[in-house]
Amino acid sequence: MRTIVFLLRKEFLQIFRHRIMLVLIFMMPLIQLIILANAADYEVDNIRLYIVDRDGTQASQRLVGLFEASEHFEILGYGQNPEAAFNSIQGNETDLFMDIPAGFEEQLSEGGPAAMQVSVDAINGVKAGVSNGYVQAILQGFAMAYAKELAVVEPGTAQPGQLGIEYSNWFNPDLSYDNFMVPGILVLLVTLVGMFLSSMNIVKEKEIGTIEQINVTPIRKYQFIIGKLAPFWIIGLLELSFGLIVGKVIFDIPFVGPLWLIYLFAGVYLITVLGIGLLISTITDTQQQAMFLAWFFLIIFILMSGLFTPIESMPEWAQRITDFNPVAYFVDVMRLVLLKGSGFSGIQPHLRVMIIYAILINALAVLNYRKASS
Amino acid sequence: MEKSISVNQLTKRFGKFTAVDAISFEVDKGEIFGFLGANGAGKTTAIRMLTGLSKPTAGKAMVAGFDIQRQREKVKRKIGYMSQKFSLYEDLTVRENIVLYGGIYGLPNKVIREKSGLMLENLELKEVSKTLVKSLPLGWKQKLAFSVAIMHDPAIVFLDEPTGGVDPITRRQFWEMIYEAADTGVTVFVTTHYMDEAEYCDRVSIMVDGRIAAMDTPYQLKKDFQAKSMNDVFLQLVRPEKSTAL
Repeated sequence: MRTIVFLLRKEFLQIFRHRIMLVLIFMMPLIQLIILANAADYEVDNIRLYIVDRDGTQASQRLVGLFEASEHFEILGYGQNPEAAFNSIQGNETDLFMDIPAGFEEQLSEGGPAAMQVSVDAINGVKAGVSNGYVQAILQGFAMAYAKELAVVEPGTAQPGQLGIEYSNWFNPDLSYDNFMVPGILVLLVTLVGMFLSSMNIVKEKEIGTIEQINVTPIRKYQFIIGKLAPFWIIGLLELSFGLIVGKVIFDIPFVGPLWLIYLFAGVYLITVLGIGLLISTITDTQQQAMFLAWFFLIIFILMSGLFTPIESMPEWAQRITDFNPVAYFVDVMRLVLLKGSGFSGIQPHLRVMIIYAILINALAVLNYRKASS
Repeated sequence: MEKSISVNQLTKRFGKFTAVDAISFEVDKGEIFGFLGANGAGKTTAIRMLTGLSKPTAGKAMVAGFDIQRQREKVKRKIGYMSQKFSLYEDLTVRENIVLYGGIYGLPNKVIREKSGLMLENLELKEVSKTLVKSLPLGWKQKLAFSVAIMHDPAIVFLDEPTGGVDPITRRQFWEMIYEAADTGVTVFVTTHYMDEAEYCDRVSIMVDGRIAAMDTPYQLKKDFQAKSMNDVFLQLVRPEKSTAL
């Protein structure tokens, strides 16, 4: 125990001696949180739209008005000539053009289906999909309102059955992207700091040779490893607290569930992440190799965490991979506790997996760490 | 006489390459034993096996009364080690390094305090006790590293090319520290490729291609090889075809 105290003191002395490192550890998340939370969301705004109105009637005008009123669209061109619309999308001046054919109003007032064409620049598939959704929503709203009015004006007209859906967004009523993204990004930051710092720190001792000196002393493996991981465990939790405060103060993210649950999970989670860092350090010899390997895991963990793309929409095999992704569990727990207000029973399955993960990874890392080379 | 180190047929192979080829020798308690050889002769590999950093492929060795294969951790309590890449933490101060190693070897706080005071005084490092080790001159670092390596009163201290890269005067001063330590009964096992340093040893062994080519006192070796200096002896062993004496 006393040996561990000496080792901890050494680690903290070294960490605090490198002022730049300290600034990096705490400024980096602050900056990233502010930038990413504001930039990385699924919303698409300022979709540049060109409308070809070959009908030129009241009905078509009204439809155009709806698009004008939408915050998602910016009408860049309006005319009768489809050629011009085509050219503008070709020339990357617009993202989308809508072609209202002649006879549009006539078809509508007869109650029949009115055809129109929407063409989207789909180079950015995500943006195209989202744009499509917005267009669909506006068109549906328009068609429904029109049919209703028609029924009032001409009571005899046959009205197609209408199905109105009203959405109610639970746990994130305003569909706030900050609420959705900030807790997730926080997980990434804690992961990043934990995995990098732990793997680099041990490999650095290998590089400069001080690990040899440690290995000829009677220090036990577990003492050395606790001495190495505990400081970063503490820093990770501090970082999490710091991030939560920033999230609360700047983004006003809700803390619906109990915070101690977050810390309980984070405590186990960090042991897993630090264990992965330790494992990386046992199989690499230089900081460069460790960095490379850590990135390899991090990229997969982050992109498959469900933060940027929903896990449910991944192919089956990819979903099975995310079963082994610790980041995905923590992102989920953050959202469950902070937004939904889940209690202990709500995150129990996650916690169970994470405890097993922490034990397995660290056992592997400890087995792989050798004081003597063979 | 009590044997501090006894090595029997110790061998280390890396794949097909045999770095250390069945070497055997004994070192007495309190002796200064020079372990000589050209670069790549297997000195460092041998010292790494004796200090428990590397597992032998075959053979047996007892260090400070313990088996290096089966009682590696017990051996570690009894030895001090200073390697050519010094072993101090450059981003810690002189005193912080002393306290760290004192603590790792389980010395009580009071002893650490006393020893570090004494050490700083003897090394004339009192003024720089709060200086980071990285800003010390190389010679000072080596002396400090040596003092730290014997701080826990080990039975044997292993020095792997402890004086690399410093001038002859600083090397001479370093050897005075080695003598002082040996006078207190510590066995000193030192590798070097400076042949003038070989003359300071009680006994030397010269390794060539993983084997011990000669082992005796410097005086006897010079006599046997009809050489004026240890350097001559060394050259005759390492490059026999070019020598005239044999």
